Amino acid sequence: MKNFILVCAGTACESSKADDIYKNFLAEIEKHGLKDDAQVIKTGCFGFCEKGPIVKILPDEAFYVEVKPSDAKEMVEEHIIKGRFVKRLLYAGDEVGDKENFEASDIQFYKKQYRIALRNCGFIDAENIEEYIARDGYEALAKCIFEMTPDQVIEELKVSGLRGRGGAGFPTWMKWNFAKNAEADQKYILCNADEGDPGAYMDRSILEGDPNSVLEAMAIAGYAVGASKGIIYIRAEYPLAIHRLGIAINQSYERGLIGQNIFGSKFNFDIEVRLGAGAFVCGEETALIKSIEGNRGMPTPKPPFPAIEGLWGKPTIINNVETFANVPAIILKGGKWHTTIGTKGSPGTKVFALTGKINNSGLVEVPMGTTLRDVVFDIGGGIRDNKKFLAVQTGGPSGGVITEKDLDTPIDFDSLVAMGSMMGSGGMIVMNEDDCIIDVAKFYMDFCVEESCGKCSPCRIGTKKLYQYLDKISKGSAVEEDIKKMEDISNAMKLASLCELGKTAANPVLSTLNHFKDEYLKHIVDKKCRSGKCKDLVSFVVNDKCIGCTACKRKCPVDCISGEKKELHVIDQTKCIKCGECVAACKFKAIDKI
Amino acid sequence: MAKMSLEDLRKMKDEKKKILDRREVGENDIVIRIGMATCGIAAGAKKTMEALFDEIEKQGLNETTIKQSGCMGYCDKGEPTVEVKVPGMPDTIYGAVNEDFARRIIKEHCVQRKLVDGGHIFDRPSRDILKE
Ligand SMILES: Cc1cc2nc3c(=O)[nH]c(=O)nc-3n(C[C@H](O)[C@H](O)[C@H](O)COP(=O)(O)O)c2cc1C
Repeated sequence: MKNFILVCAGTACESSKADDIYKNFLAEIEKHGLKDDAQVIKTGCFGFCEKGPIVKILPDEAFYVEVKPSDAKEMVEEHIIKGRFVKRLLYAGDEVGDKENFEASDIQFYKKQYRIALRNCGFIDAENIEEYIARDGYEALAKCIFEMTPDQVIEELKVSGLRGRGGAGFPTWMKWNFAKNAEADQKYILCNADEGDPGAYMDRSILEGDPNSVLEAMAIAGYAVGASKGIIYIRAEYPLAIHRLGIAINQSYERGLIGQNIFGSKFNFDIEVRLGAGAFVCGEETALIKSIEGNRGMPTPKPPFPAIEGLWGKPTIINNVETFANVPAIILKGGKWHTTIGTKGSPGTKVFALTGKINNSGLVEVPMGTTLRDVVFDIGGGIRDNKKFLAVQTGGPSGGVITEKDLDTPIDFDSLVAMGSMMGSGGMIVMNEDDCIIDVAKFYMDFCVEESCGKCSPCRIGTKKLYQYLDKISKGSAVEEDIKKMEDISNAMKLASLCELGKTAANPVLSTLNHFKDEYLKHIVDKKCRSGKCKDLVSFVVNDKCIGCTACKRKCPVDCISGEKKELHVIDQTKCIKCGECVAACKFKAIDKI
Repeated sequence: MAKMSLEDLRKMKDEKKKILDRREVGENDIVIRIGMATCGIAAGAKKTMEALFDEIEKQGLNETTIKQSGCMGYCDKGEPTVEVKVPGMPDTIYGAVNEDFARRIIKEHCVQRKLVDGGHIFDRPSRDILKE
């Protein structure tokens, strides 16, 4: 076999004639007697749906876009038989442009994703340090130890503009600089692998796929600030990540890449793993420190900041897993290189866990400044089942929703805050018309009620009160003045809570109120829920299309449908549990959900 | 194991890079990687791996190596994910590889040297920054 013709059969391409394209290619190959020279196959989504349908021809790596079924003939005759590109269909990239003089060397590997933190994930054996070394592993640490002073390491990070990926986006170099300048006999490097946001699993994937990148970065941090001890705080619910971390730590100790006299130098750095019990608040840095110290995981007021007075009262750097995973690449390729990716205020990339009502859910890493539209509709392949987009939730329980009108805003730390949400750790949950925005706010508030540590009253009581109001709204017993009360409570929580958990817990409420006030009012005033998620606000009624087939009656789990054969059926509203089974059973669209 | 000096690191890097980049491979030197992160395992990657091993043995592909890797990110449609490197064939990523499909990969891709049809092929998610 010499050539492979890959026809995208992803959902978006499939709906625009990918199947006809596939068939036409098969027919052309047959017609020209090329069955032994070229194979036609369907593939999964290439993630460039806006330019679909897409056809890729290997081994030439030719990437053809907006292909029509009728193009198959020319593509076979030119590319397969004569070995010439069909230039008019070739994706030439934004930079290459001139398709007429297109050379094979101009072929652009088209990708919206750009992977720094995930550079090795899925492509190396995570349990074999030698494969990490083959991918320039521990080369950055060697460069720091032998070629750079601690100040130069921090300067490189400053140039890079790297900001913390754990949520707040604090400049990494600044934190390191504080800790470096603090005088102490011992300093600590902590890696925050608590990852408690619902729907987030970026950090777990990095630790499972490339644990050594985090170990190397922690050692670099140790070198930069003068710390000889590192601790990774990870939730016990991540057994595989813990297992792989253990293997990586053992292998790096065996080779002297961690431990005493690294590479025979004077630099020592030890790393150990501490398990957390999986409380969201323990991801907050001061609570995390308390937890490592053996106390209850409760936040303490800042200042003092951990960089000055952290674990056991010593200067402590605490960074997120993904922040660390970026560091070796920045040291190797230079801070300046890092600024060429992403936006001015937020250089580099961000990993997102894309979930919800989307076609290709998964883990993606994109340059900062990518629009939400690109993430959702290109990489994500659009909304599942051709439903209508409603909103995207970012920032987890501390974040908010982003709606249609902001789909084209480039996303970075600052723009998300301006939109009333935040980056958070990178969970991105896509919602469609079937979702109820009140239900979403209620979900996050329920989470915060559970996870509030209870130390300060604004958070402990505020989350509970907000939940009660949302519950009232979802049951149709709220009044319009309740909105004002919710806003007052939210603002008090923002001002008076001890840590960011309480300070931001009201964000999902404020953000949904801001973007979907009409939905709130529909629930409160009209006592209606558009999506039907709030069960107390919907009722199922039989309309006159009913022919009396009894299908619904037989399906109803609580026997609340009455009516004889061939007669109009009736649903007893007092008994109905709104499960929707009758709607699913009816073949005549005779039951309305109102 | 002896502790490494900087020279040792560089030497190991060069040696292992040659293997990882598959310079100097023999005709039957096949490498298969299977995504074994939590998401992959939840989707059945362990069964997939057993099927791969079993079929490799049946087909007598003695020079084949199977390796475990992490998550490539194709969590929804793509797990379990399997990457196949066969000399003379384009490196290929297959998604949603159940036991049956795993056997087809060995029989069709590794033995007959044809891509396996059915919409399972995925593209690499991004460029490789280390090769830029
Ligand atoms: C309630 C709460 C939970 C948090 N959870 C995490 C977490 O799971 N992982 C994380 O890296 N940071 C989390 N943070 C942020 C940390 O407090 C801290 O800012 C971060 O670890 C610093 O690392 P970075 O600068 O690399 O982002 C959380 C903060 C709050 C308030």
